[in-house]
Amino acid sequence: MSDITLEQIASSAQAIERRLGISRREFARFCAATATTLGLLPEAGAQIAKALEKAKRPSVIWLHYQECTGCSESLLRAEHPTLEKLILDVISLDYHETLMAAAGHQAEAARRQSMKDNKGKYVLVVEGAIPTRDNGIYCKVGGHTAVDIVKECAADAAAVIAIGSCASWGGMPSTDPNPTGAAGVSKVLGKPVVTIPGCPPNPYNFLATVVHFLTFGSLPAVDKLGRPLFAYGRIIHEHCERRAHFDAGRFAHEFGDEGHRKGWCLYKLGCKGPETYANCSTIGFGDVGESNWPVACGHPCIGCSEQGVGFAKPIHATARLVGMSPPAGYPKIAEDQGKTSFAAAAALAAIAGAAAGATAMLARNLGKGTTDSPAAPASKEP
Amino acid sequence: MDRRNFFKSAGAAVAAGATAVCEPARARGNKPMPPDAVGLLFDSTLCVGCKACVAACKQANDMPPEVSTEEPLWDTPLDISGKTLTVIKVYKHGELRAKDQAENGWAFVKKSCLHCVDASCVSACPVKAMKKDERTGVVSHDKNACIGCRYCVAACPFGVPRFTYDQAIPQINKCQLCQHRWADGKYAACAEVCPTGATLFGKVADLKEEITRRKSLKPGTATTFPRGRLGGPDQSYPGTAATYVDHVYGDKELGGTQMLMLSGVPFEKLGYPTLPETSFASQSETLQHTLYGGLVLPIAFLGGLTWAARRSVKGDEDEAAAAGGPHGQ
Repeated sequence: MSDITLEQIASSAQAIERRLGISRREFARFCAATATTLGLLPEAGAQIAKALEKAKRPSVIWLHYQECTGCSESLLRAEHPTLEKLILDVISLDYHETLMAAAGHQAEAARRQSMKDNKGKYVLVVEGAIPTRDNGIYCKVGGHTAVDIVKECAADAAAVIAIGSCASWGGMPSTDPNPTGAAGVSKVLGKPVVTIPGCPPNPYNFLATVVHFLTFGSLPAVDKLGRPLFAYGRIIHEHCERRAHFDAGRFAHEFGDEGHRKGWCLYKLGCKGPETYANCSTIGFGDVGESNWPVACGHPCIGCSEQGVGFAKPIHATARLVGMSPPAGYPKIAEDQGKTSFAAAAALAAIAGAAAGATAMLARNLGKGTTDSPAAPASKEP
Repeated sequence: MDRRNFFKSAGAAVAAGATAVCEPARARGNKPMPPDAVGLLFDSTLCVGCKACVAACKQANDMPPEVSTEEPLWDTPLDISGKTLTVIKVYKHGELRAKDQAENGWAFVKKSCLHCVDASCVSACPVKAMKKDERTGVVSHDKNACIGCRYCVAACPFGVPRFTYDQAIPQINKCQLCQHRWADGKYAACAEVCPTGATLFGKVADLKEEITRRKSLKPGTATTFPRGRLGGPDQSYPGTAATYVDHVYGDKELGGTQMLMLSGVPFEKLGYPTLPETSFASQSETLQHTLYGGLVLPIAFLGGLTWAARRSVKGDEDEAAAAGGPHGQ
């Protein structure tokens, strides 16, 4: 990778410039930003650039089930690249119920054609939970249940990505009592898939995952729930900009009080940051910097990306602190006492020795004083 | 005065003293819990170590920050002191695998005044600057009456009263359960701000009831934990019952304390020593009142001393009389 020079990036970028209709600068920024989101070395930007200039765009089939299309909406708000650049130039979005022009049997035919043409090479993205109760009759597309379509599409997919909390673990539709038996993709398929939970997830977590796949031909490293570690490796509480207030015991107690106005920790208002794995606090939303996310806006995190927290726990319920570790700076039960240095001990010993010597000399002189003074008994005479 | 006269007068004094004021000395026993005793319940398993209590305590009591780090960034006291009335300390052991476990685990613990039912500091104070409220049992300190002898510092088995040695006019400082805030309907600031109810304020009887409830729960079952003040507005929240060591610290220690503690880690490891059930105050007061009761023993002792002294100087007196004059020099 180190043999790719800036000039090479520049020349290779010309092809993309023509194809994508974006400036070289803009393209380089996208590659660098994606590499950063993924937590890769800066050189990876060049590799990403090379992968993206390839003429053949990977086919993507995007399925929608029990959801609000918020994840697609979130993606629409991405700026580098914008969604139209993504779906028209970076990938080939062959099926997306909200965005595609085709309808009815034509649309379904396009999906089947794409799956046939790109067998084993296309990326399947699922948005929304899948109803499983009563043989999945609560959601049908073109006369087929969601369960059947997902299984059919996943069979020959190169990669399956579940976007949003609904597709990841059931999300809002699976909230108790879960009348439709809504479940996540991995549960329906019976195998782990890459999940990008969030309601909605940050579009760059999704884009970076897709670009990682395009660049390296593999999906990024994930945790046991299938979440890419570059985005979901740490709990929000660990890198929250208000963390210092938590550590210093400064809490907002109610909305609009002094602590809330001063931007103190929202834990007492029910912030789920301490039990939610996501990178919201470091990446931000809406491309306006990392200070644009719920907690920065003054609302406690609701844990939307975390199963068992988002849509399960009341918004103002106190969070359970997970992954807690004892703080290094806290006082220990018994603090270490200062140790005596050798010099101090020597000085003390010298003083003690001098005092002992002086006492001994004084005692000896006292004895002499009484015996060596012949005048003393004489003075007793009247 | 010759020897005969001395014995006469000494014997008379002893007899007078014995008949006039002497009561039979007996152990006084631990003092009882005050009728409306209030206190705190600290549940180590609920503490998340946020130190909200430490910050709120400083604010409520108008105490200065205390910095133990190189850079004076924020308040980082290492222990309670003349400037800090409560701290959260951390217990760590081995690989730190889980919270509230003694082996290879870790835990938080709060350090502040335990408001003993029979407080050693109150017993030791020679000027009644350290007082225990007869009704609420709050051990408070009157800095205007204090003479700065620091007997309370030496007497407290938990090392609670602290002296501000670094001030020109030093004074004793200790937790007084935010008594000065009660008039406004507020209570102990540490309990008021605790986000998890790890520190809870309330009447000791209610706190003990809550302890019994928590200890009777099967670990891992769903329950609710109150926050703030027992008997105040409901701020409870859902949580999971914890595993506790079979020991409520402050229930029996030295005749009981009004701050009670629950923990998943043995209290000796959290810096709370194993103590007898008989209060030190009752032991020392029994001893003192036996020795000095009616001043019988001191007078008898003084009499003995005087007799011994006179006996040993008798020879000198005789010599002086024989010489017919006083000593030279």
